[in-house]
Amino acid sequence: MTWILSLPILLPFITAAATLMLRNRKGAGWISVLGSAASLLAALALLGAVLREGVVATQMSGWPAPYGITLVSDYLSAAMVLITAIIALAVSVWAMAEVGQTSSRYGWHTLFQTLIGGVTGAFLTGDLFNLYVWFEVLLISSFGLLVVGGRRQAIDGAVKYVTLNLIATVLFLCAAGLLYGATGTLNMADLRQAVAAHPDQGLMTLIAMMLMIGFGMKAAVFPLFFWLPASYHTPHYAVSALFAGLLTKVGVYALMRMFTLIFVNDQGFTHEILLWVACLTMLTGVLGAAAQSDFRKILSFHIVSQIGYMVLGLALMTPLALMGAVFYLVHHIIVKANLFLIAGIAQRLTGSSDLYRIGGLYRSAPLLAVLFLIPAFSLAGFPPLSGFWAKFVLVKATLEPGMWLVAFIALLTGLLTIFSMTKIWAEAFWKPHPAGRQPSLALLSPRARRLLLGPVIALAAMTVLIGVWPAPFADFATTAAEQLLNPVAYLDAVFNVAGPAAPPVAPEAI
Amino acid sequence: MITISAILAGLLVTCAVWLMLSANLLRFIFGLLLLSNGVNLAIFAAGRLTPGAAPLLGAGGALPEAAMANALPQALLLTAIVIGFGLFAFVLALTMKAYRVFGHLDADRMRLAEPEKDKA
Amino acid sequence: MNSLILSTGARLLTALFMVFSLYVLLRGHNAPGGGFIGGLIAACGLTIHAFAGGVAETRKALKTDPRNIAALGLVAALIAGLLPAFAGTEPFSGLWGEIAGLKLSNILLFDIGVYLAVFGGILTLVFALEDTLK
Repeated sequence: MTWILSLPILLPFITAAATLMLRNRKGAGWISVLGSAASLLAALALLGAVLREGVVATQMSGWPAPYGITLVSDYLSAAMVLITAIIALAVSVWAMAEVGQTSSRYGWHTLFQTLIGGVTGAFLTGDLFNLYVWFEVLLISSFGLLVVGGRRQAIDGAVKYVTLNLIATVLFLCAAGLLYGATGTLNMADLRQAVAAHPDQGLMTLIAMMLMIGFGMKAAVFPLFFWLPASYHTPHYAVSALFAGLLTKVGVYALMRMFTLIFVNDQGFTHEILLWVACLTMLTGVLGAAAQSDFRKILSFHIVSQIGYMVLGLALMTPLALMGAVFYLVHHIIVKANLFLIAGIAQRLTGSSDLYRIGGLYRSAPLLAVLFLIPAFSLAGFPPLSGFWAKFVLVKATLEPGMWLVAFIALLTGLLTIFSMTKIWAEAFWKPHPAGRQPSLALLSPRARRLLLGPVIALAAMTVLIGVWPAPFADFATTAAEQLLNPVAYLDAVFNVAGPAAPPVAPEAI
Repeated sequence: MITISAILAGLLVTCAVWLMLSANLLRFIFGLLLLSNGVNLAIFAAGRLTPGAAPLLGAGGALPEAAMANALPQALLLTAIVIGFGLFAFVLALTMKAYRVFGHLDADRMRLAEPEKDKA
Repeated sequence: MNSLILSTGARLLTALFMVFSLYVLLRGHNAPGGGFIGGLIAACGLTIHAFAGGVAETRKALKTDPRNIAALGLVAALIAGLLPAFAGTEPFSGLWGEIAGLKLSNILLFDIGVYLAVFGGILTLVFALEDTLK
């Protein structure tokens, strides 16, 4: 059981070490692909174990909870680890055609793999301080990826990304330290009991708010999202796709973990705030996108608005809403990463990402046009694609308690998303290229064509698959939501590995 | 003792916020450094202060006679300081690079990624 | 920097720093010390060397790119973490053994890995900064 949980984290680091050793050779990219494939197998094994047993947990080095570092995976974690591995494989294949030898020598593939390792670690850890460490691992790798081989713009984007993310991290660290001072534990399962038993609930809510701001900044929710559209359109397209798919979702995952497992005693306050944050995030994101004219900037603002849907699911805290949030997370990661990859191909063919300076893709590259329509329609929520079910469930969840205004905002955001997608369609695909260029896929070498289109086709196929055959995914998300709402299995799994449950640490009142 | 630590942490955070409100990137980064140090001090104080006691067992694993310091907050702090050191080194390198690209460190004028015309 | 005192002193200091860093690394087993601080001390030693004789000189003395050293450290630490797989215990748990009267553990290997990773990482950074300052 132990190795099944640690392998998804260890494999990226092994691959990172191998690519660092071989960074001057041609094969570094292929090693990265191979390592990602191995991680995918490990993630599948983990998913299998979770499907069999519900929740699996282990203690690093065998120190019992709550003293040692717990690794634990419930349905949500397993799904996130699997989707991370899928995106890692897709992007590492795609990157073979984009990331050149120079970037590789500066350690692009190494940073890529440590980023994946950090993300996976954040999904699997059951310890708050360990979560902080994984955040730092993924953060420092993402800093590196932003600037390696980037243009002058990337430095500008990186300055904003780095500074704001560091502030969020310091807030998170401060909250973790204060929480330890107040409760005497950092194990997340143990914290659930310790926080509930703490005499000063006001203090607990204060710490909860610090964590909400810290993770909210990482998840790019209103009003803390400014760093995202300022930086996501500047690095390599492969990096954009990876960040867009995974990084903000780590923040959403952390929010979900904190506010379903630990801070559930003051829902009238915390979850009400989350609800309005979610609504404003949806609206500002989609309105911001409407004002943009750059392929990647539009997509960046849409990340913000889509984050709103996931936070909305968390804020409602009903089984249906949480199920929708989990479903949305998985759907969104696939779709968003895919859209950025397509934007990369479009830029290759047409020479720019400014929508007013490109065009003609529909006539010259119809295959790419079809591949764009699938994730774009899915993002906007057209049936029968994956986004339709995700939005349908969430809107239904808002109508159950009769929140008409919230449902209206969610639907309005969907409508405005269609507007943005139509804009990209009309400018990049429909109208002829202003410079008279014929952006055909034949411009690419056969090798580049295979490497660039393969991952895009695979991800689009997944979107369609989830759309036309949603039942097993919905069942999975339902179980995940049940586990989040009622984490008995989670607590049992954490405390019953490596010996009997340790006596709870007596909370000292501050 | 704990009061002094708390006041000092607050003072550091105050100075940090003041520095971070500056548009100069270098001042901002020094503010960030102070902020992380203030937070480190707060964590240290939150882990209860035991002046003069080490978080180490004696020879052969013998328990010390007096109070023993809690090793966990110190371990957390060490980790946080080390990580903070690495991040600060990176940010400093980034600032140097930014200075070379822009020729200045005024955050208000760093608009390569978001040109003014976008603000329509 | 061109100073006779520094360049003469650096020869002595670098050697002293390297030896002391190894002492701190080995001492870390059951007393304050360890791989991280050892790696820092060693990196400081070579930084003095670079100040006195220039980065090119230090690169030559090091014989390999510091990034290779960092990679080697990462590999060593990973091997130390993976060894328990063969003993059937949890990853990163301690293993102790005796080979020809020498008491060894995978913890020592992990610490050496940390030492090399810190040493290589800091040197990469110092060299890069020195190069850009020129």
